Amino acid sequence: MIRIGIDVGGTNTDAVVMDGATVIAGVKAATTGDVMTGVVSALRAVLEASKMDASAIDVVMIGTTHFTNAVVQRRDLAKTAAVRLGLPATASLPPMVDWPEDLKAAIGGTGYLAHGGNEFDGRVISPIDEQELLGIAEDIKAKGINTIAITSVFSPVTGDFEKQAGEILAKALPGVHITLSSDIGRIGLLERENAAIMNACLRDLSKHVIEAFRKAIAETGIRGRFYLTQNDGTLMDAEFAEKFPVLTFASGPTNSMRGAAFLSGVADAIVVDIGGTTSDVGSLHKGFPRQATVAVEVGGVRTNFRMPDVFSIGLGGGSHVVETGSAIKVGPTSVGYRIVTEALIFGGKTLTTSDVVVASGRYELGDKSKVAHLTPDLIARTQERIQSMLEDCVERSRLSPEPLPVIVVGGGSILVDGPIGGLEVIKPNHFAVANAVGAAIAQVSGEVDRVYALAEIGRDQALADAKERATEAAVTAGALRSSIEIVDVEDVPLAYLPGNATRVRVKAVGELHVG
Amino acid sequence: MSDKGYLLKEDDLHPLSIGAALLGTGGGGNPYVGMLRARELIRKGAEVRVLPLDALPDDAWVGEVGGIGAPVVGVEKIEEGGECYRAMRAVEETAGVKISATISAEIGGSNALEPVIAAAYAGLPVIDGDGMGRAFPEVQMTTFFIYGAKAAPAAIADEKGNVVVFKDVIDMFWLETFARGVSVNMGAAAGLAIAPMSMEFVRRTAVPGTVTQALQIGQTVLDARQKRQNVVERVVASTGGKLFFTGKVTDVRRELVGGFARGHAHITGVGDWAGSEARIAIQNENLVLWVDDVPVIMVPDLIINLELDTGEPITTEVLRYGQRIAVIGLPVHDLMKTPRALEIVGPQAFGYPELTFNPLQPQAVLA
Repeated sequence: MIRIGIDVGGTNTDAVVMDGATVIAGVKAATTGDVMTGVVSALRAVLEASKMDASAIDVVMIGTTHFTNAVVQRRDLAKTAAVRLGLPATASLPPMVDWPEDLKAAIGGTGYLAHGGNEFDGRVISPIDEQELLGIAEDIKAKGINTIAITSVFSPVTGDFEKQAGEILAKALPGVHITLSSDIGRIGLLERENAAIMNACLRDLSKHVIEAFRKAIAETGIRGRFYLTQNDGTLMDAEFAEKFPVLTFASGPTNSMRGAAFLSGVADAIVVDIGGTTSDVGSLHKGFPRQATVAVEVGGVRTNFRMPDVFSIGLGGGSHVVETGSAIKVGPTSVGYRIVTEALIFGGKTLTTSDVVVASGRYELGDKSKVAHLTPDLIARTQERIQSMLEDCVERSRLSPEPLPVIVVGGGSILVDGPIGGLEVIKPNHFAVANAVGAAIAQVSGEVDRVYALAEIGRDQALADAKERATEAAVTAGALRSSIEIVDVEDVPLAYLPGNATRVRVKAVGELHVG
Repeated sequence: MSDKGYLLKEDDLHPLSIGAALLGTGGGGNPYVGMLRARELIRKGAEVRVLPLDALPDDAWVGEVGGIGAPVVGVEKIEEGGECYRAMRAVEETAGVKISATISAEIGGSNALEPVIAAAYAGLPVIDGDGMGRAFPEVQMTTFFIYGAKAAPAAIADEKGNVVVFKDVIDMFWLETFARGVSVNMGAAAGLAIAPMSMEFVRRTAVPGTVTQALQIGQTVLDARQKRQNVVERVVASTGGKLFFTGKVTDVRRELVGGFARGHAHITGVGDWAGSEARIAIQNENLVLWVDDVPVIMVPDLIINLELDTGEPITTEVLRYGQRIAVIGLPVHDLMKTPRALEIVGPQAFGYPELTFNPLQPQAVLA
């Protein structure tokens, strides 16, 4: 199978062509404001570099931080209505109660509380009230809102009320986008509702962006299917991604870590991804990023996504280097993507980390004569500072005294030379495009998170049921049934509940089914 | 109303919830939702004064309220809001008294905020103290019950408008049994109010100053984070606690026994404890810490697990393999260490007959 992996970052759009496990070619292009032009240039460049014909490409996998950036920068977000089912429960905290005011304002801050919702064991809190929902629909119409997030209490246990309410609102408001929280998140009402609302406010943008990807691919003559990568490093097809843009939120760091594991052949390691402005550091366990255990905030909003535990520092290839008295300051400010015009080696006026590396003679880039004036003392002290920043963040991500290797990837990898804090450093081939490789090798997954009463059905039967549901979810998402493996099983007994209530989470992963 | 004590400000609620989570010693439920609920009420103009134990006359009545249910339900079926308040009003009516202030049964975890919320609804102050100085899993494990508070009349209320009054209950163990059963029927999230106590009794039996203590611990954590200082060191220095272990969690085993999550966490030492092994017994809360098989902290003293880097309190439900943690010991209040108290909350009461309570020695408070 010939695959193209693309990573659309804030600065660069990277692309690779892979034949099975072999990287045939990798390129970097600039990300453009319209997304599409940058993707077209990257696709054309990588096809040319690989000497492949567009018709030979079976599938294109895209990782993008576009939707995360939209939320973080509060741009291109649609006015959204949040409808919660659960009254009289939950009345104390309306939707978006813990959001930053500017983000709330950017999407209009419209929330409704309605009847509905279930208890932990599936009993009904209150029946759904159609008249109440029709009243809400009228108000939504009057406000000119065309995207709705519906969240019902305990919908991960039973999602019927969300579906019913979705049908009622869709009928009353033809053409409206509906996001159901049970399709996105896990138990934890506010966090799941937050994710559903963020998804809803991205639906207009996702339609536009997915269409841009589709056109870009068509324009280069590729006829294979295309997919987007999710938080956990697995795939969703374009139609699904258009409905669930929020699931791409952490795909950037996930792809670079998965790519680093693949390119180096090392499954347990610390990964340092050095970009133009920041370095992301995380740890790999059995080829997958270690997940954060605490609530993860995106753009200031709490979510309960399972995201890689990544720690960022302000160190990159474009970081400013400033001498203040006897001290050297590196970052966190950076010339970012303007490095190609502003760094000394490219004829600019700003001293950056890349200039220092070139001056030291460790790497050839740009015009070396432009940094010939830097003193050996300045070079040595800057390198010391960079080294100590890297040691700090690697030490933070280190979970055991065992000497794990450090895999260094990303365009800013030229900053690293030799071991970090005594740990062996691996710079794999194609290190600059590891994130695109991570996208290209992505698999397909399905996940369940449910509460079972073990007193009624027994642990084995509950786990079997959860595994079957996860497998079916993976098949629905496009996995080849025969390749599916259960990769994650977690059962946590719930305190104070009768019948040995236990929360079971299962994740199934399989190879992409092409054809 | 008394002008003693201080009004809770909106900005106090976040640090209060952090300190409450820390005093939860691994259990007590997450105070985040309660913090948001209290914040909404204060933003809408509610005023809640925190009163020291000497503020009210002996014959004033104090109402103990708290949430009862399962922590996992608490993050999904969020309260209507007036659950504890309605239970408290039912108790007042049944007992035929007028309550002048609320008090927390347990300062550790989500129940730190419930009396603040009920007080906001009722327009009453909250007493600066509680019945545990930490968190424990059952309603009888409070200084109030240990020193003779009546169990009835008590009341439990749900979000739907149901209020169940327990008119006569012979002791606190029966109240725990009945209230636990009704709370499950109510969807495992309800508000519980216990028989009003006289201020004279509360003055003698409450663990004093714990609302302020939680608030100050939270302020210390936030201040340390803002100044990029070591949170664990700052917490230890400011509370009179002591660092007992730092390490990486290598195994967590859990099982359910009678509705309570019991288990053990194994920790391999790092830093000053490299080469040592520790084990923590958990039953909702952290019960006993052994370092190299020697028991060094045990209930009712406080065993607090903080994430080593961030100082974030780690509850027993999220404790898992790979976490790097610091284990801090904090001496519990003297009221919890009497022979009478140890019968209810000592190591024997939690199923460790081989252990004799060996109290932690208080450390100097440095900052």
